[in-house]
Amino acid sequence: MEPGLYHILFVSMALFFIGIYGFLTRRNLITMLMSVELVLNSVCLNFIAFNKYLWHHQMDGLFFTVFIIAIAAAEAAVAIAIIINLYKTHKSINVETAEEMKY
Amino acid sequence: MMTGYTIVFYLLAAMTLVTALLAVTSRQIFRSAIYLMATLLGIAGLYFWMRYEFVAAVQIVVYAGGIAVLIIFSIFLTQQAGEKLPPPASRRTLFAALAVLSGFILAMLQVMRFPFSGTREAPVDAGMSAIGKQMLSVEKGGYALPFEVVSILLLAAMIGCIVIALRAKPQELKTIKN
Repeated sequence: MEPGLYHILFVSMALFFIGIYGFLTRRNLITMLMSVELVLNSVCLNFIAFNKYLWHHQMDGLFFTVFIIAIAAAEAAVAIAIIINLYKTHKSINVETAEEMKY
Repeated sequence: MMTGYTIVFYLLAAMTLVTALLAVTSRQIFRSAIYLMATLLGIAGLYFWMRYEFVAAVQIVVYAGGIAVLIIFSIFLTQQAGEKLPPPASRRTLFAALAVLSGFILAMLQVMRFPFSGTREAPVDAGMSAIGKQMLSVEKGGYALPFEVVSILLLAAMIGCIVIALRAKPQELKTIKN
């Protein structure tokens, strides 16, 4: 059977839920950030698949993907700056030790 | 009949999903970062498979080349070498797996029942020059405004990173005042 839209949607859905699983089970901030990257990537894959198989006479899904990638890069840079600063002050990057950032 | 096109898709999909699963379950954080890099490369391969070369190139440059290296550097800066992460509590793993599996099955059932109807129009050529023209166009359907907004966002993120990284400690502040 020729792979089509449903196959790609299966892959992106599985990636999304793998990312959610990592986000729920991990307690280290860097690994949680990695799970969020997986979720963002599954969304990008969805945009590209819909553009390719349903609306291939325009390129909007492609632009959305490019903008999502740019925003994800900015988000990862800021998150890693915060994580390294947290490590400097607390000597740990566990989410439970980051509790007092609330106050 | 399995054509090369189909086989390549299944190989890429299997590589992406297996490495993603390893990336969220591996207990050595550095290995998990390398698996994440393989996942990102597999997704770039899927973009190539769908003939969107520009997005695939952006994915490789920004994700596999930029974000993955950034994550690996932050691991070097915050983690002891060879140290294993503590295993997650088994109760939390169980409930997370249950929630994720049920969510996946529910969403997949809905997707499978939905009849997607695509357009009948001829596909456009998503080449580099067409992408560049539409991205910087100010006509209807152009993406000049989001492009500028994203550039402002990147500038703000850069300034934010510098401010966070340069925050001086209290005693250093005192010496600056003196």
